[in-house]
This record gives sequence, structure tokens and C-alpha cells, in this order.
Amino acid sequence: MTEQQSIWVFIEHTDGQVADVSLELTGKARDLAGQLGYEVVGLLCGHGVEEMARDVIRHGADRVLLADHPELAYYRTLPYARVAITEARRRRPEIFLVGGTPNGRDFAPRVASALRCGLTADCTDLQIGDYYLRRQDATFRNLLYQIRPAFGGNLVATIVNPTTRPQMATVREGVMRMPAADASRTGVVEAVTPEFEPGDFALEVLSRQVRHATVKLKDAPVIVSGGAGITSAEEFALLRDLANLLGGEVGASRAAVDAGLIGREFQVGQTGTTVRPRLYIAAGISGAIQHRAGMDQSSKIIAINTDPNAPMFQVAHYRIVGDAAEVVPMIIEALRERSMDQRAAE
Amino acid sequence: MTDSRPIDSVVLAKQVPDTHNITGDAMTKDGTMNRNALSAIFNPEDLNALEMAVQIRERHGGTVTVITMGPPKAAGILREALWRGADRVILLTDRRFAGADTLATSLVLQKAIEKIGRYDLVLAGRQAIDGDTAQVGPQTAEKLGIPQITYAEAVLEIADGRITAQRALDSGTEIVRCEMPCLLTVVGSANTPRPPSVRRQIAGKLAATPGEYAALRAKWPEFETDAALEAHLDAHGLRIPVWTADDIGASAEAIGLAGSPTQVHKINFVVLESTESKTVPPTPEAIAAMVAELVHEYIVG
Repeated sequence: MTEQQSIWVFIEHTDGQVADVSLELTGKARDLAGQLGYEVVGLLCGHGVEEMARDVIRHGADRVLLADHPELAYYRTLPYARVAITEARRRRPEIFLVGGTPNGRDFAPRVASALRCGLTADCTDLQIGDYYLRRQDATFRNLLYQIRPAFGGNLVATIVNPTTRPQMATVREGVMRMPAADASRTGVVEAVTPEFEPGDFALEVLSRQVRHATVKLKDAPVIVSGGAGITSAEEFALLRDLANLLGGEVGASRAAVDAGLIGREFQVGQTGTTVRPRLYIAAGISGAIQHRAGMDQSSKIIAINTDPNAPMFQVAHYRIVGDAAEVVPMIIEALRERSMDQRAAE
Repeated sequence: MTDSRPIDSVVLAKQVPDTHNITGDAMTKDGTMNRNALSAIFNPEDLNALEMAVQIRERHGGTVTVITMGPPKAAGILREALWRGADRVILLTDRRFAGADTLATSLVLQKAIEKIGRYDLVLAGRQAIDGDTAQVGPQTAEKLGIPQITYAEAVLEIADGRITAQRALDSGTEIVRCEMPCLLTVVGSANTPRPPSVRRQIAGKLAATPGEYAALRAKWPEFETDAALEAHLDAHGLRIPVWTADDIGASAEAIGLAGSPTQVHKINFVVLESTESKTVPPTPEAIAAMVAELVHEYIVG
């Protein structure tokens, strides 16, 4: 067994493909490991998934722990957690990163509880640094700084786990950049044998109905999002018109989702999707940090809000103080006129 | 109908600041939070969990017990739970619980559930709106040594010691069957929580923890002593029990700040990056000019 310290990444997959978030985290783990001289280890549970292990190595892992078993063909909490808990107890990783997906958020707390270690949800940044713990008058070196918005989003907290291992964190898809695959990278694929216990099969999946994601917010070049300032389905339809005109997608803040104007899969922000479109139009979104954390990397931001003090204005390139229900039609009109002018000119 | 026996449920609830209704007033000028601008509410998805438990009782019989860990004023949501259909409520409060992260919280909940003893189901909201971690449910299940069904949207059947439930995932839905006891985390789309019943509100108006007797007696001077009030409450099942760390057998080093592996290293006020920005008046001309600029920069078109 190796003495080298390690950063683990939980590798999720569907339909024979490694999830983007797992590769993004493998890339981030590579960065952190470079600073620390640690090994990057992917934990891959599945059945007939060895090819995916290669993919994980190409994206930055030094080693993949591969648990291949028919009972692991699909994600289930207890069998997957069993593999992670057994191997983590044995190998003692320093850091364990998990995608903030529905399955990742089901898996991570179960594992953290069994290992009695700290877990921070939905980090928006991860760094390495030191921490002085007054209670013990001790400085802990090279801890994982788990950075996330807190207290209603008015603050950004840096969380550390000084005394327990692994230091666990979940990160949503799109928060970390996808590393480029490097076909020349080599690594070790190490088979591990699951040591299931009878209770691990207390739950059986009777059926799965997969709804293929129609929402591709992450890749949309333009996103038109609505928030609390959008108060009716008719007003939301205007945003859809504008998005269609711009070849983009509609998005939403949590307020619009909670108001039932649009499905949760359209939510942009820390607990939704992180996006970096060419143009982001925030219509009636005040701009809580959880929302801004998911869109402030957009190339251009237009904010429309009746409240001139809305925080969204402070990250916007174009500030329009006004009612979105009136302003959005003006933008639509301006775009239509341009396309008519263009046609006339041709 | 199924032939199943009565089902005893424990619902985990949390009192949270109403972060959904944060307005401009919630932020003070120096960037700190104006807590007074936020009211304390029953965490929304915990209401969905309570509603699911009440519906299970209506169908199968059994009991619904609601517990919450929090400061003394969290008794407020326990009264609300009684008005919305709970049979029994328990407040877990102790100064030593303060500062708990999700791991330390789940330990307190585990100990309290084990003290309650018999249960078939534990139900909790998927996540609380003040932290959005969704961790306490699975962590409590792990400590109890029972399986978990996260993102539960519907209970399809309870029979032969097993529950069949539908899970709502981003990628679709899943139907699972699980041995009981087990823990469910419930999503907001599961149901529409019933409003507090007027009849229950009248009957349960006086429900209180011992810590609230003084305030209650100020309003109801006919109870001349705490003992008189307590006798009345006990006779009507309205005393909200309070359990401390000692009552549930939780050791001091495993709870609160001391039992929390996560520590806050630092807190930064949010400093918004100043971007080069233009104010565009809401007029057709100004907006047309903005669109022209975006086209010129190849952002649009």
C-alpha cells in the first residue's frame, strides 16, 4: 500500500459516460495535488466500466480505484457508499471531492457520516491554505479551503476541517473548468473488491424513467433569466420570446422557480446550474450571491430591475432601471427592427 | 388499501430564517445581515415531509412525532406542527447544541430518535433553505443504521414491512422499494401541505414548553402558578417536552461546536466586482443603441 497522500474524486457516470462534473473535479484535484505533491485518485464504481477509468486518467488522475460488480451497475446509496467507506478507511485520503449532483448529494453525506468527517456542500471555490485553531493552539498546514456563500448569501465563508479526514466537499457541475483530455497521460487502474454487507441491499430499484435533459443551460450562448420581478406566466413568455430570438435559453433565479413559473432544472446559481454564456440577461433578478455565483462569469450581463440598488446591477455591464415587462419588449422590438433592416439591405 | 400495520413516523423539522423573502432591507449598509428583517419560519420542505407523514397516518394509522433541534423559540414551529396534524412534538434544545454543523446535528437527531424508540419511518425535508446542504437527512440515516430514500416525491405503497416510493431526480424519476425502518427526504413537489386546522389551533392554542410558562401566564392570568398551568397542559396533552443533551445521552464532545468537524476559517463580506458598466435608460432609443453595440461586439446576431 502506498504511503503517498491522496485527493479522491467520486466518479459518476450515466449511459457509459463519465459525468462532466467528475472530470471537472478531477482537473481541480490535479491542480490542488500539484501544489501538495499528492496523488489524484478516482473512485469508480460500476459494472463493465474499465474504459471510463482511462478517461479519468486522461483528465488528470494518477490512479483509479475500480470496483466492478453487477450490484454496482447503477448508483445506489448503500452499495456505493460501502465501497467508498471501506476503501477510505483503508487508504485514508486527505481530500475527497464529490459532484453536487442528486446522486453525489445522496452519497457524500452518507459517507461523511460513516467516516465521522466534515463535509461542505456546494463549494464555489477550493484552495489550499493554513489554519490556526485557537482551542488547540495549533496551526494546521495545507488544509482544503472550502469556500461557499453563507447566511442568505450576504457572506462568503471559508470552511476548513482541521482534525478529521478526509476533508470532503461537493461542487456543482460547471463550477470548475473542464480540463483538456491528455491522451499521453498514464496512470494505474487498481481493482478493488466490494465487501458488501447484507443490509446494503435493503433498497431495490423497481424502475427508472430517464427524462433526457432538454435543458442545456450550461452550453447556451445566451441566457435570458427571470426572477422575482417576473410575476406572471405571460411575462415569463416574453423572456422565452427574447431567448428564442437570440438563439438562447431561458433560465431563472430561485424566486421564479419557487413561484412555479418554471421548472427547477432551469435554475441558475450555486444550487442550480453554473453558466458562462456570451450574454446573460437578468430580468427582474435582484442578484443574491447564490444566483450571481452561477452567472457572474458571463461575458456580458444586462440587468433589468425596478430597484436601482439591486445587487445585480453591480456585476452588470448594462444597467436598465425599469420594469422587465416593459423593457424586454423593447429589446425584442430593437432586435426585430435590426433583422428587418438587414433583410432590407440585402 | 393494504393490510399493513400502523406506521409510526418521526418528522425532522427546522426553524429557519425566511431567506426566500430577502429584500433590499435584509442587507445593512455595511454589508451585514439585518436579521430583524427576516422572520423565522417552518422550513418549507419539512412541511412537505410532515404532510407526507400525516397522509401516511390517514391511510395506515399510527402516529406522527415531530422533533426539532434549535433554540427555545423553535417551539413555535412545533406548535405549528401540532396545528398541521402532528400527534406529538419534542423540542431538542441545549446551549451545548449551539454551533453544530450537519454531522453534529445528525448525532443529536439520532440520539433523540433512538430515545423515541419505536418508529417505521423518519421523514425530513430534502434541505433547509438557510444552508441548502441536504446533508442532515442522509447523515441521520447513516447514524441510525437505516437506508435512505432521498428526493422522495410520492409514497406508492406500504406493505409487508416495505415502502415503495417515487424519487424525483434531475434526470427523471425512480421507483424504489425499501425495507423499513428507513429515512425519506422529501421534495417540495411531493404535496401541498395542508394549512393549520382552525379546530386544532383552538385546541392547541396553549401548547408550550416549560420555558414559555411565564410568557403564557402573563397572557392567561387565571393560571396563578406554573404548576397550575402545567397541570392544565398535561391534562390536555399540550406540554411540549424539552430534551437536553443529557436527556438523549449525547456526550458533550460529540455535539455543538465541539462535535463539528467543519470550522469557519473566515467570513468575507461580499465585495462585488466593479465592472465597466453603462446605465441604459428604459427607452426604445437607448435600448436600440445598446442592441446595436452588442451586435457590433459580436455578442448578439
